[in-house]
Amino acid sequence: MSEPTTDPTVDPAVVVAAGVAKTFGDGSLAVTALEGIDLSIGSGEFVSLIGPSGCGKSTLLRLIGDLTTPSKGTILVNDKPARRARQDRDYGMVFQAPVLMDWRTVARNIELPLEIMGYGKTDRARRAADLLRLVELEGFADKHPWQLSGGMQQRVAIARALAFDPKLLLMDEPFGALDEMTRERMNLELMQIWTRTKTTVVFVTHSIPEAVFLSTRVVVMSARPGRIARIVDVDLPQPRTVETRETERYFELVTAVREALRGNEGTDDLGLGGSGGTAAERIRAEGLA
Amino acid sequence: MTLAAGIARRSSNWLPPLVVFVAVIVLWERLFLLLDVKSFLIPRPTVIWAALIAEWPTLQRGIAYTASEALIGLAGGVTLGTLAGLATARWATARQALVPLGTAMSTIPIIAFAPIAINWFGFESPLPRITIVALMTFFPIMVNTVRGLTNIDPAALELMTSYAASEGDVLRRLRLPNALPYWFTALRIAVTLSVIGAVVGEFFGGPLYSIGIYVTNQTGSFRYPNAWAAIILACVLGIGLYLVAVLAERMVMPWQRRTDTAGAE
Repeated sequence: MSEPTTDPTVDPAVVVAAGVAKTFGDGSLAVTALEGIDLSIGSGEFVSLIGPSGCGKSTLLRLIGDLTTPSKGTILVNDKPARRARQDRDYGMVFQAPVLMDWRTVARNIELPLEIMGYGKTDRARRAADLLRLVELEGFADKHPWQLSGGMQQRVAIARALAFDPKLLLMDEPFGALDEMTRERMNLELMQIWTRTKTTVVFVTHSIPEAVFLSTRVVVMSARPGRIARIVDVDLPQPRTVETRETERYFELVTAVREALRGNEGTDDLGLGGSGGTAAERIRAEGLA
Repeated sequence: MTLAAGIARRSSNWLPPLVVFVAVIVLWERLFLLLDVKSFLIPRPTVIWAALIAEWPTLQRGIAYTASEALIGLAGGVTLGTLAGLATARWATARQALVPLGTAMSTIPIIAFAPIAINWFGFESPLPRITIVALMTFFPIMVNTVRGLTNIDPAALELMTSYAASEGDVLRRLRLPNALPYWFTALRIAVTLSVIGAVVGEFFGGPLYSIGIYVTNQTGSFRYPNAWAAIILACVLGIGLYLVAVLAERMVMPWQRRTDTAGAE
């Protein structure tokens, strides 16, 4: 596969995937999860990956985070191989489940990456306090995760991912387990956080409205094998607010993404946009990822 | 929450079993008196109590001796079991070598092994019982330690990978805290096994005042209330050690008390 060329005079893209393919298993049991992925994500972008179950969107996210390695092609993060970027702690990760440690308080959960990265005690405490303010959980520093609601737990997970100021935030269906109303509120809060921190975000979702509302670009993927079907530029004005969801342009873009999805095979299980996918779908998707 | 409400809520935890306990004792006493059940079958609580008081000097020495055997054996079994568990979870070779060994050790019939252990260390030595207790407690501790260290949410491991965390960090900040509830569950089992192991071991030899030998001798000379007093004392030892284990668990893992606090918020 060809190395993506980089011009040193231009600000390099945060993520560059070139000719990426991912195959699971060997021989006749081999399953091609991703094929021919070329994608470049610029600094400060908010890019959503959307597609039917089995389109490899989570796999692509995990490839960017070096949680799995490509079978073919290269992935550069911050102009270096994904492995190197992970070792340099260039990205923060948020999973569908909050993955908080029960034995740690909320503040100490946020401090976890800082402890591992060797930050001093006062620095850790200050950052945790700042982040709790950012995600609006100031009063909950000394609570344990199980004392918080699902939405609050996910906010802690976001704060933890942002604790060490990563240049890149990878989010794998972070609001998939939340109810629709909580999800919309979390979308708004994530927008505010993104506007303030200017972090580059790669966001995997099943929800068309969520993808359109949040993103600067929506990458529509198709399944078996996973490919990029179309990239929809979202030109909705910033900052996005509650009213954004009521504009005509928003509906046009939602329709555009839905049609891009329908143009593919295997869109049957997408159903009505907005649903987070059934549990069975997710299990199938994760089995592949 | 007010103090009174707190006490009321706490007492609701221990009050029902206490009432049942007292009721059983009273019923036992009255019913056995009424039916004139003979002491060699099952003596009444007051008879056992009188025997306990009368025999206290010997029993006190016996229970202290048996307790020390149980505790030393427990310490040995728990230490070795934890170390074996750590090694097993860490190295695949250790897993292949230690798990069959641990399983084999757990199947040793203790009753058959006791005379052999006495043959090794001699009649007067406490070492046969200590070895038996260590053997009995080793396996549950090892198995649960391994489970706790390896039964980890894959996403939590990926999270640590995303931080490029060292193996030491993963052990200290994820595997060990994750293993604690499993380890304490095993400790509860091991603690009760330790008293049983020590007393059973004593049936095959030990000082005259040790609980196992004492029970054998007293039943041999038809002094059943004395034997019952010794048995009850061994039970109290087991319950006491169990409560210490539970208390230690709560002190080490205060976050575990979710059922107590979750409703209070």
